[in-house]
Amino acid sequence: MNEPLLRELVPAVIGVLVRRGADFASAEDAVQEALIRALDTWPADPPRDPRAWLVAVAWRRFLDAARADASRRGRELVVEAEPPAGPASADDDTLRLYFLCAHPSLPPSSAVALTLRAVGGLTTRQIAAAHLVPEATMAQRISRAKRRLAGVPLDRPGDLGTVLRVLYLVFNEGYGGDVDLATEAIRLARQLATLADEPEVAGLLALMLLHHARRASRTGPGGRLVPLAEQDRSRWDTRMIAEGVEILQTALARDRLGEYQAQAAIAALHADARSAAETDWVQIVEWYDELLRLTGSPVVRLNRAVAVGEADGPQAGLAALAGVDPALPRYAAVTAHLRERAGDLERAAELYAEASRAAASVPERDHLTRQAARVRQLLRP
Amino acid sequence: MWRRLRPRDTVATTGRVTKENHMKYLLLKHYRGGPAPAVDCEPMDRWTPEEVDAHIQFMRDFAARLEETGEFVDAQAVAPGGAFVRYDGEGRPPVTDGPFAETKDLIAGWMVIDVESWDRAVQLAGELSAAPGPGGEPIHEWLEVRPFLSEPPTVTE
Repeated sequence: MNEPLLRELVPAVIGVLVRRGADFASAEDAVQEALIRALDTWPADPPRDPRAWLVAVAWRRFLDAARADASRRGRELVVEAEPPAGPASADDDTLRLYFLCAHPSLPPSSAVALTLRAVGGLTTRQIAAAHLVPEATMAQRISRAKRRLAGVPLDRPGDLGTVLRVLYLVFNEGYGGDVDLATEAIRLARQLATLADEPEVAGLLALMLLHHARRASRTGPGGRLVPLAEQDRSRWDTRMIAEGVEILQTALARDRLGEYQAQAAIAALHADARSAAETDWVQIVEWYDELLRLTGSPVVRLNRAVAVGEADGPQAGLAALAGVDPALPRYAAVTAHLRERAGDLERAAELYAEASRAAASVPERDHLTRQAARVRQLLRP
Repeated sequence: MWRRLRPRDTVATTGRVTKENHMKYLLLKHYRGGPAPAVDCEPMDRWTPEEVDAHIQFMRDFAARLEETGEFVDAQAVAPGGAFVRYDGEGRPPVTDGPFAETKDLIAGWMVIDVESWDRAVQLAGELSAAPGPGGEPIHEWLEVRPFLSEPPTVTE
């Protein structure tokens, strides 16, 4: 069965139900049920017209639920059997769903879950597995999100910034269960780029492609983290890099820079270097300056110090750390790296060990522990 | 191949670019260990059956409520018995030690939650610690809150 195709149909089918008079929450539930049934029955009995099948099954589910609800409340059910004629297209519907699911009133994790279900066409079980929580918990998280959206009209322009942020979060969640969220985020960003002609959408898509292209080289045996400088560049996906660079160039040419374009530019400069030694660190520092101006983010300031250390030497890098909050995650790791390059091995070993204790993930912790052990070994006579 | 294009005007979209999403925390319940008890409370086997039931019901309701808020992951209890076990060399059976009647620290069980922030984890632990004891009064027990290590983010540099 063509599961990607099935999933692509989900937002448009929700749109059809909503235009026939269903409220978003019920329509979304009905389509989810139809989706689960499709996953179950299509392999043995594929429909001739998948979209019509989904609309018919989801609509029937919606009517059953709505009738049951109406009789419980002793009310008459009023819905249109056919969508009213209007200019709305499947594309408009899908774009509206992006906006609604990433509505600024939702906490980020709820927006992520709802986007994956209503726009991405994933099942609750798949979303739960990807986040390592029970299915019932994820189902409740999604229901609550939809309750919070009750009364939000679907036909208003939304906040593109929060949509991009939600997709960025999905991309960063990586992989768990049988769904690769990074790939899913790329699919959703690609689709969004066809619906919303904005340079930042292209910038985010380029950023994802440029990072994803290096994915195979980022982990070694046993999930071990391989830092950029040590990655086997022959394993980078050059076609994906070329695509990312092209999308980014086109976006930058429109002269409306944003944080995702700036981040993508940094990723592109890394991807473009044939070896770590050939990296254009001077230009990377300039992009970090740009990114800092756009976001004012302390994390950017920290990463900038690494780039300065490469461009102008470790002392300059350490100087660039002045004014950066030492409480930031990875501050100790960055300082350790710069100290080591400055020849202060004693301090570097201590800092690597400190950083490993503060690491937020197991591969990061193990990597930093190895760094501490490596530097300590150098110190032994 | 790569050419920098000088931006003329800029559009800032969102705020920060950090990983900021749900995180899992362990709420660890100890039979013994941790800071000195805030309230001197008799062991559960000396409560009335109704008090025991009320305590257990509180725990169930708490978990059910967290499921409803989309924050529940897991809850387990472990028996106080058991032993420490270690490898003792090739071809030899493992060495066991214990159970320990009076060791310093003894884990009773845990709850795993998936929440927006550390503050939320602390808030929930505070609520769980208000489980009723003798006379229906909150037992004020200390709960240990520990963040899980997670997967590293995809964007790393």
